[in-house]
Order: sequence, then C-alpha cells, then structure tokens
Amino acid sequence: MKSTFNFTMNALVVCFAAACGGEDGGLDGATPVVDNYATIVHASYADSLQQAQALKTAVESFVATPSAASLEAAKTAWLAARDPYGETESYRFYDGPIDDPEDGPEGRINAWPLDEAYVDYVVGNLGAGIINDLAGFPTLSKDVLAEQNEKGAEENISTGYHAIEFLLWGQDLSTTGSGARPFTDYVVGGTAANPDRRGQYLRLAAELLVDDLQSITDQWTPGGTNYASELRDVDSREAVRRMLQGIGSLSGAELSGERMATALDNRDQEDEHSCFSDNTHHDLRNNAIAIQNVYLGRYGTIDGPGIDELVRARDPELDARMQDQLAASVAAIEAIPVPFDQAIIDDAGRVTARSAITALRTQTDTTVELATLLGITINLE
Amino acid sequence: MIDMTRASVLLALVACGEHESAYEPGEELAGGDTTVFDVGRNAFSLAARNLEGERRDQFFVGNSMFKRTWVIAPSSTSGQDGLGPTFNASSCAACHFKDGRGAPPASVDDAFLGLLVRLSVPGEDAHGGPVGDPSYGGQFNHRSILGVPAEGTARVRYVEVVGAFGDGTPYSLRRPSYEFIDLAFGPLALDVMISPRTGPAMIGLGLLEAIDEATVLALADEDDGDGDGISGRPNRVFDPKSQTTRLGRFGWKANQPGLEQQTAGAFLGDLGITSPLFSTENCPPVQSVCAAAQNGGTPEADQDTIDDVTYYSRLLAVPARRDFQDREVLRGKALFTEAGCASCHVAKLVTGTLEGVPEVSGQTIRPFTDLLLHDLGDELADGRPDFLANGREWRTPPLWGIGLVKVVNDHTNFLHDGRARDLTEAILWHGGEAEPSREAFRIMSVSERAALVRFVESL
Repeated sequence: MKSTFNFTMNALVVCFAAACGGEDGGLDGATPVVDNYATIVHASYADSLQQAQALKTAVESFVATPSAASLEAAKTAWLAARDPYGETESYRFYDGPIDDPEDGPEGRINAWPLDEAYVDYVVGNLGAGIINDLAGFPTLSKDVLAEQNEKGAEENISTGYHAIEFLLWGQDLSTTGSGARPFTDYVVGGTAANPDRRGQYLRLAAELLVDDLQSITDQWTPGGTNYASELRDVDSREAVRRMLQGIGSLSGAELSGERMATALDNRDQEDEHSCFSDNTHHDLRNNAIAIQNVYLGRYGTIDGPGIDELVRARDPELDARMQDQLAASVAAIEAIPVPFDQAIIDDAGRVTARSAITALRTQTDTTVELATLLGITINLE
Repeated sequence: MIDMTRASVLLALVACGEHESAYEPGEELAGGDTTVFDVGRNAFSLAARNLEGERRDQFFVGNSMFKRTWVIAPSSTSGQDGLGPTFNASSCAACHFKDGRGAPPASVDDAFLGLLVRLSVPGEDAHGGPVGDPSYGGQFNHRSILGVPAEGTARVRYVEVVGAFGDGTPYSLRRPSYEFIDLAFGPLALDVMISPRTGPAMIGLGLLEAIDEATVLALADEDDGDGDGISGRPNRVFDPKSQTTRLGRFGWKANQPGLEQQTAGAFLGDLGITSPLFSTENCPPVQSVCAAAQNGGTPEADQDTIDDVTYYSRLLAVPARRDFQDREVLRGKALFTEAGCASCHVAKLVTGTLEGVPEVSGQTIRPFTDLLLHDLGDELADGRPDFLANGREWRTPPLWGIGLVKVVNDHTNFLHDGRARDLTEAILWHGGEAEPSREAFRIMSVSERAALVRFVESL
C-alpha cells in the first residue's frame, strides 16, 4: 500500500516484458482460478440465502406467536444467518453485484452503524422511529423500508441484518450481556406502543433481506447469463484484480480500519459491528476467513485453485508468507476476549485488538505486494 | 499505463508544435509523495500514499467520524448525539459525498444538500469578521430537530444568459437567484447579504495547510504593483485557537486559517455540533426554542473527535493527473498559461513543514492555486465581505482533481455556488481580474478551447 507508485512502475516494466498491449493481456494460469472463484462466491451466497430464509421463517413464527421461546428461536436463526454472510464480504469493493454503483443492495443488507431512533423507540425517546411514526408512514411495506434506507444520511438504516438485530435484541445497555428487548414489545398491551407495526416491520425486513440475497445469488448462479458469466469473459488479469481489490479493501480500510481501529480508538460500543447481539467477535472472524477463502480458493467443503496457485508458481516464498499471515490474522482475532465491546475498553483486551489490527495491516501490505508480482495495480484506501 | 506508453511513442514521433509545452517529468504527481493513482469513484477517498503503519490506522478512524451521522440528543449512542437544534446536514459526508464536491439544487423544487447559504449584515464583529443576521445568524439552517422550528426554506432559480464565442458559436450560462420562504422568525434583515457556497472536495487540504505563509505572500501583489492586472491579496482572519490574526487559507473566501478551525466551524455551522473551539450553540436570541433544546453534552464533540476529523482531512490524498503526455493536453497546458490562467491558478508550489504531519511536509505539489483573493467581477460577486475579502473577491480554488469530479460525484457543477454546468461555463463566468483570460478563452478557436478544457480535465 505504501508505494503504489513503485507498483505502477513495476507493472509498467512487467508490461513491456510481457509485450502488453498485444492481443492477449491475460494472466497465465488464472482461468481456473477465476472459475473456482465464481463457484465459491455462489456457494457462500447460496448458504447466506438459505439461512436468511430460515431466519424469515423464525421471525414469522415469532411475530405470529410472540413468546420468550419464539424470540429466542428467532435470535438463534439470526446468529446462524450471520455466519455465511460474513464470509461473503470479501466479494465487495470492486463494484460487483453486491455493491454495484447503480443497484447493488449492500447498503440494504448490511449497512451499519444504525441510528436506533430511526427505526424504533429508544430510552429517552419512546415515540421515536419509523415504527412509531404513524403520520409519516401510515402504511409499512418493503418499498417503504427500502426507500427510507440511508435516506438523508448513511446511518439512517432501516433495513438489513442490523435493523433485524435491533428489533430482536433491542439496545445494548448492558456491560456484560447483549440487548434485552422483551418479547412483550410485540404483544398488544405489552411493553411498548405499536406492537403490531413492530411485528410487521420485522417481517418486512426479513422478507427484504431474502429478496436481496436471492438477487445476488442469481448473479452468481452457474450457467446463467449473469455477472459470473461476464467475469469469466473479462481479461483474466482484470478478474484477478477484482478479487485482490476485494480482499485488500476488506482487510485494510474496512476490517482493520472501520470495524476495529475505529472502535478501539473511540472505546465506544456503538462502533462495533453487531452491537445489539454482541456477535461482533464472530463477524470479525468470518471476515478474516472470507479473505483467506478467496486467497486459497476455498469455501466450506470446496477447495479449488486459488490465488495461492498463481503466486506459488511465481514466488513460493511470498505465497508461504501470505498463507502464514492470513492464518495469523484469524488467530489474532480469535485471541480477542469476548464480548468485543468490553475488550476495547479493557487494557489487556485492547492489546489483543491492537495485535489483530497490525496482523491485518501486514497482510494488506502483502496483498499489494503479490498484486505487483502478478502485474496488477490495486488502489486501496 | 498503456495510454502512457502510446503517448510517449506519439510524442517521439511528432515534434512539438506551436502552443505545445513539453511534458515536465513528475508533473502528474499532483500531491507529491502523497499522490494516489485511483481514477474511479473512490479517487478522492484514499489516504496519502506515504501514510504508513499506525498513522494509517488513525486515518480510518477519522474517516469513520467523517461519515458518522449525528443524532438527536438524548440517545443511547452518547458519543454521537447533539445534532442541531438547527442544522444543514447530519454528517460531514452528506455534503462532501465520497470526499468530493457538492452540487446545488438543480431546480427550484430541489432541497439544498451540498449547498449552504451564509448570511450577514453590514459591519464587522469584534475580530473583523462578518456580523450575522439578527434573527437567523451567520448561516441559514433549513433543517431542525423535532420540536424546534427550522429557519425556513431556501430556493434557487436559474435564468439562462446567452452569449457567443469569438467564432460565433452561441453558449448559454445559468445565473442563479435565491429566495427564502416559510421563514420562521420573520423576514431576513433588510440589508442582509447572502453568500451561497457548495462543499468543496476534501483532497490535498493538508498540503495546502503545509504551504509556508511566506510562499503565499510572495505570490501576493496587493495593489497590482507589477501592473499585470492581477492583484492577489491575502485574507487575514481571526484564529479562535491562537486568538490572533492569521493568513486565511480555506473556504471560498479564505476565511479560515487552518483545518482544525475549518472542521470545528463546520461542525457548529453545518451540523449544529459544539466543540471546545466553538462551544455555544448557534441559536440567535429570537430562537428561544432552539436555545432551550436539550444538547448532547458540553461540548457535543470532544477535542478527540475534532482532532480525528482534522487528521483525516489533512491526509486525504490527491489523485495523479491522467493523460499528461497527451498531445492535446500539452497544447492545452500551453494555452492555459498563455491565457494567463496560471497567474492565479499557480501550477507548482513547494510545501513547508506542517507540525506533526510529515507526510505533507516538504512536498512539491501541483495545486493550481495561490490561496489568494482575486476580484472576479460583478457577475460572480456575492457582495458579502468576509474579513479582508470584499464582496467581489474569491480565493483561487485549487484545480487538482477537478477532472475526476464527474466520476466521483456524478456532476460537473463548478464555482462557489455550483452555477457552472461544466468547465467551459466555469471559465466563461470569470470576470474582474480574470476578464482578459476569459476573453482570451472566448476568442480561441474551437480546437484550442477543447485543448484547454482537456488540460483542466487532466488535472
């Protein structure tokens, strides 16, 4: 990252050496790597979709018959749904289907932090939020929710995992546990105004999440005319550039920067990713694995050709170093005490978080280095 | 890179003709060692290339603050409440979208976002600065928190003004006028002066702050002693931090001495967030509900927050130029200089030392500004003095990165109020000291005009 200019120069030299500008600018050996990438991307979005459908079912059961048990079941389904999605986040940051500038749904699916008072009541303001604003939003629908998302400000989040999380857990006002919204918030005559609208809102948010994940999964389905088929048609060096841009951006600015360094600096629970459920430690770990997956060409039980093959063929030492660093980052994140919101205000916890940030920064620098090896320039924040 | 290769081949084949200046090695590195090479939507959002290690981690913290949405107090998110009571936007990034440039409303029905209106009445405050409208203060806040009246609605209307190039080709410019409706506290003062301002791009600000005052003053020619028709006056403004008068560098009229002051000023003026430097909410006496509203702490943003955002704004990189060896671009570069544009849009400067920010210190940069005030004529005049800047003067805005505004912000609205719809219109609006340059451009041939614009687009 620190010397992009040199990379450009190196790339230029590579260009001349490889007679670039000829009929084929492809990257030797990259075609099976790109094919396998499309396969793992599809598999992980398909898993995310399946778990989101299970979440939707659990949410519908909860809203139909609110109880402590049905709320717990919905929470369990939410936690299960988060895991596969966390492993898809390395497929962002190159204007692919998930964050296409025109219609990418990332902001509807996973935007955070969330201004709780934009969605529902908060301590000190019981009439807050779209749910309690009958005059402003007489009818709730998926379109209304989607339209309000990120309206006016990036933190006006009305949809996605974190809106659902807030509606299930409530504000996290506890130092030891997560948010503790009572199921009676969804019961007429219970603990909060507008229980019916709250239930309706929750159901709509779950439906919208499923719709959006379906559309993304479709873009990667094998055999279709979609983004996956387009990616196979582009120059293979460009395809690998997107893969590297995705993992470098997640590793650097997003995971180590936005999601960890910011929380560490502010010592503020609001800056942790899943702040209502205290699930942030899983989010961080899944993101680190997402990066490792793309490099190694694997997801779940799939293990095909990855970027590691391309690097190993050219510089085995660099490949070994990258693999070590990826494993070290996952281990460093696992070493942070749980919950994350307490780790960032505890001296010992802060040391572990700082180590993980450093590990991620190191692998980000190595990502740029191996991009250079492959004759690719990536621009990271 | 391929373009570059091709361009150098071309250059070797074709001898430099008239109106063509040579490529100067390194001229593409607009921000010196901070320069980055992204030409996409994130081109303005990257950290300085020479920012490393934990200092780079700290940049992301500032970035997060810059994007943070401030919410109404009280809130469980106590670190980020205190929005308003009256305000223009709820986050920095709302007006500086992707760290880029704001655009004015396209028509009378569109809301103000990315454009704000400063207000004042004749006279000077205790420090020589402007005096706000008695009922509405120094900036019109069209939004407010629940239960507090917003100040009203500002609207812009445009009328087309036609003209023609020297070759007879007609053009049309849009001239804005402003009106204020639904005013909550009665009419604006009879002698109110208004100044609309768009949010500028955030790139390279630390480099501009690192330029030695002596370097700027050496470019000044207050009374046009050399008789070239270009004055160039430094603004001198009150610095609330040091409680002294200092060179103004930032803002459309160079009314801010540094980025910390600019940042804290924008927190208060635009978001309604108090900070140690500006600790009093912006509620003029008549706005009693505003004054009585619950705040988000005293101050609402602590010094760490201001420091984080200041750090971030000092270290946003400048993107490298594109097509800098293209023959037409080099021709445009020569025309830019010949027309006198470079007299104020000074191409190359060397930065001094900005304490604590080695990345921006001692850099050779290509900002295309002199940071000085110039009379731009009646058409652009806002008629509203700001410290030493009179109603016809504006600070020369830097031009670096200007060709990427279209990519980052999806518009090409330029000048202080965004009235120009493209670079050609922006040039055609220049008057006053810049009138001879504008005329030189107006009477150029179509290919010369295209080359000059192409050059500016390459910045």
